[in-house]
Amino acid sequence: MTTTKSKPAADLGAHLAACESFAASTAGHEWLRTLRRNGVTHFTELGFPTTKLEDWIYCNVAPITKLAFKPAASADASVTAKQLSPFAFPDWTGSRLVFVNGHFSPALSSLPAPQKGVTVTNLAAALASGDALLQSHLAHHASVDGSGFSALNTAFIADGAFIALTPNAVAAEPIHLLFVSAPGDAANTAQPRNLIVAGTNSSAKVVEHYVSLGGAAHFTNAVTEIVVGEGANIEHAKFQEENLEAFHIATVQATLARDSRFLSHSISTGARLARHNINLVMTGQGVDCVMNGLYAVGGKQLVDHHTVADHAQPHCGSHEFYHGILSGSSRGVFNGKIFVRKDAQKTDAKQTSRNLLLTDTATVNSKPQLEILADDVKCTHGATVGQLNDEALFYCRTRGIAEVNARRLLTHAFASEIVNRITVEPVREHLEQVLWARLEELIEKK
Amino acid sequence: MSESTNTIEEFVASDYKYGFVTNIESDTVPPGLSEDTIRFISAKKNEPAWLTEWRLKAFRYWQTLSEPKWPNLTYTQTDYQAISYYSAPKQKKTLNSLDEVDPELRKTFDKLGISLNEQKRLSGVAVDAVVDSVSVATTFKTELAKQGIIFSSFSEAVAHHPELVQKYLGSVVPHTDNFYAALNAAVFTDGSFCYIPKGVRCPMELSTYFRIEAANTGQFERTLIVADEGAYVSYLEGCTAPMRDENQLHAAVVELIAMESAQIKYSTVQNWYPGDKDGKGGIYNFVTKRGLCKGANSKISWTQVETGSAITWKYPSCILLGDNSQGEFYSVALTNNCQQADTGTKMIHIGKNTRSTIISKGISAGRGQNSYRGQVKVMKGATNARNFSQCDSLLLGDKCGAHTFPYIDVQNPTAQVEHEASTSKIGEDQIFYLNQRGIETQDAVNMIVNGFCKEVFRELPMEFAVEAQKLLGVSLDGSVG
Repeated sequence: MTTTKSKPAADLGAHLAACESFAASTAGHEWLRTLRRNGVTHFTELGFPTTKLEDWIYCNVAPITKLAFKPAASADASVTAKQLSPFAFPDWTGSRLVFVNGHFSPALSSLPAPQKGVTVTNLAAALASGDALLQSHLAHHASVDGSGFSALNTAFIADGAFIALTPNAVAAEPIHLLFVSAPGDAANTAQPRNLIVAGTNSSAKVVEHYVSLGGAAHFTNAVTEIVVGEGANIEHAKFQEENLEAFHIATVQATLARDSRFLSHSISTGARLARHNINLVMTGQGVDCVMNGLYAVGGKQLVDHHTVADHAQPHCGSHEFYHGILSGSSRGVFNGKIFVRKDAQKTDAKQTSRNLLLTDTATVNSKPQLEILADDVKCTHGATVGQLNDEALFYCRTRGIAEVNARRLLTHAFASEIVNRITVEPVREHLEQVLWARLEELIEKK
Repeated sequence: MSESTNTIEEFVASDYKYGFVTNIESDTVPPGLSEDTIRFISAKKNEPAWLTEWRLKAFRYWQTLSEPKWPNLTYTQTDYQAISYYSAPKQKKTLNSLDEVDPELRKTFDKLGISLNEQKRLSGVAVDAVVDSVSVATTFKTELAKQGIIFSSFSEAVAHHPELVQKYLGSVVPHTDNFYAALNAAVFTDGSFCYIPKGVRCPMELSTYFRIEAANTGQFERTLIVADEGAYVSYLEGCTAPMRDENQLHAAVVELIAMESAQIKYSTVQNWYPGDKDGKGGIYNFVTKRGLCKGANSKISWTQVETGSAITWKYPSCILLGDNSQGEFYSVALTNNCQQADTGTKMIHIGKNTRSTIISKGISAGRGQNSYRGQVKVMKGATNARNFSQCDSLLLGDKCGAHTFPYIDVQNPTAQVEHEASTSKIGEDQIFYLNQRGIETQDAVNMIVNGFCKEVFRELPMEFAVEAQKLLGVSLDGSVG
């Protein structure tokens, strides 16, 4: 039942036509063209997912399929640096790569000072210069047959961020990737494709940041592939604060080699429909990874996190913390899967999903899922849905804090628990500001 | 569809030429399923027209469905046209006492340790023994009748209390519910019916023993229990099945209805033939069980110990409709060798202040695959709903698997839903400790497993709890070493 084709090919006409004209107009190496063609083939086969598919049961993407499909061909030049100032992190000293509608804008970006062993550039430039890493990694990690969206993104591979670290290289500053949807006509589509390849024992911190300038509906379909080498240490933070009409579909696919460390954050406050797929595959022993997430939504928003911790090798640890705050008639979906493969003994996997409902009309669909095929493992998960702790509220009130303020305080504390795990201070500060405002809005509006 | 229907009709028609297969022991309809088969079953059981119509409606709906693929199970699909849908043990017309029961059947019961006489005298349990679809003996009827309790086979209930059956049949599990429920509604042959009138506390534990006897006959039982206002009943269901090489299908439906302040406690010990070490044979168990807490302050409690069957697909659920109603689910599921279980529960909170508890213990050994699949759904109006779920898995050996698929859907901010799950194995230090106290490894494992399941066994009625503990031991035999 779950393998049924999602949508007849006839309905994909507009999308397929766009694929074709894109393929015809864009140059590239033969391998890249094959890759794109492969994306088209899979997209034709898979189409857009429907709610009949188990993984999309709560996430109805029909509005996206109805949206005019207008993949942007280049960065919109009308965007000015001033427009981007609200999205700058306070006291930021690191580099910033700006992508407008999914395409790199050199004018708005500030590249980092050249550093030995650290490449920070955009994908189009890297493709032009023929970086060997691209052919061996691009689209080798995020499968095109996973969903129609990643296949569609593959069909349109053109630009995005490309970060490469040679063995033992340590990026001096965190890297800010800002994906901007330009204001103006509705329904522009951005399909950035990011690739991060970290060599043995290297280290870097990357922030993926999605924002929109206008208020019109637009569609972001992003795929980020991260290859973490042996003993490397990568922190990846994703912050999505697009406008409330936007559609955001994104996949983060990380392959973690022996003894590596990976810290993933996903903070989602914007978009009418946001779907985040975060898949971590532990391909070596001794990996330690953390998945950390927060969603705070209201109105008619839908935010859906699907995470997978795939323990393919023994002696790995994964820790997952997801908090949700839901107001209005929003819906929060969390599907966290811990998959312990046959020989992955001594796995230590923990997962916590907690949700706070602020209104009668908000909904939570939480599915903490365990699939365990090895016997010597420690796996736990816990999920809660509910209100603020009565005792904590009472405690605050005995200390002279009015109930309304006590609620506010506890709600913020609930969010801070997640934000505090981010190690880049300016990002944390920015998030605290944005989240504070957002939470106030959610609490007020309810 | 029309083409395949034609083939079916031809197939059935061609068999008709030779008449129905009637051997000495049982009265069996030739394999195959069509409207004619259903009419045959209905006619054979002297059913009223409305029931025949209901069966046909279900059958027509069933034809539009396909077998669900979502469970975490792998098995060869059943050919529904290769099953014989009716088989009744040969018996005398009416039975006034146990002495009239076929001595051959009595012997089988004795082998299973369910001597009706003993049951009657010693344990105070009324037994409605079902061998292949038709009830052969019902005990304690007079005693129950004094209290106004109706406890009989389904066919008898249809004959004597058609108004009650018609009112409640399919009201909790409609024929449109799922593939197996639709199939059951179309072809069910017998089962148990129980009605507890207002304010009556059933003085004894009611129980039914099921057995699958004739080869190639799927059992399609239907149980309907109605507890009227303030009534209480505890119902036991226990199953055993003899060795069989072919896979046998069992698609039962159980419906429970609890009116205001009524309580129903439903306990199951299922130990059907699980297949041999390589997974050959064994029972396919596709059961739909659901309870409706219709009135305020009602309570339904499911307790199950699932150690048998090659495939178990079973989700005893509670619809908490009445305010302050309660649902409980306690389960132990054990899979050894090649057994597969996909089981769990659904708690649907609709009324205010509804509460539910889920305790599920899964044990996997050998190459067994054990899945917990559960849903806790809190609807908009379910103010102050409360749920606590705990799903623990125990893995014995490195070839088995434990899976958890909990769905938590909450639409009310005052709800409090908690879910906990853990997976563990038996520690070498635990075994070592018991070994040095002179307890052999196999016994030590049994002891630890029983301790792991204690929370569930505590919920079982006394005799069942003892049986269940023994069962776990037997089922785990050879899983160590």
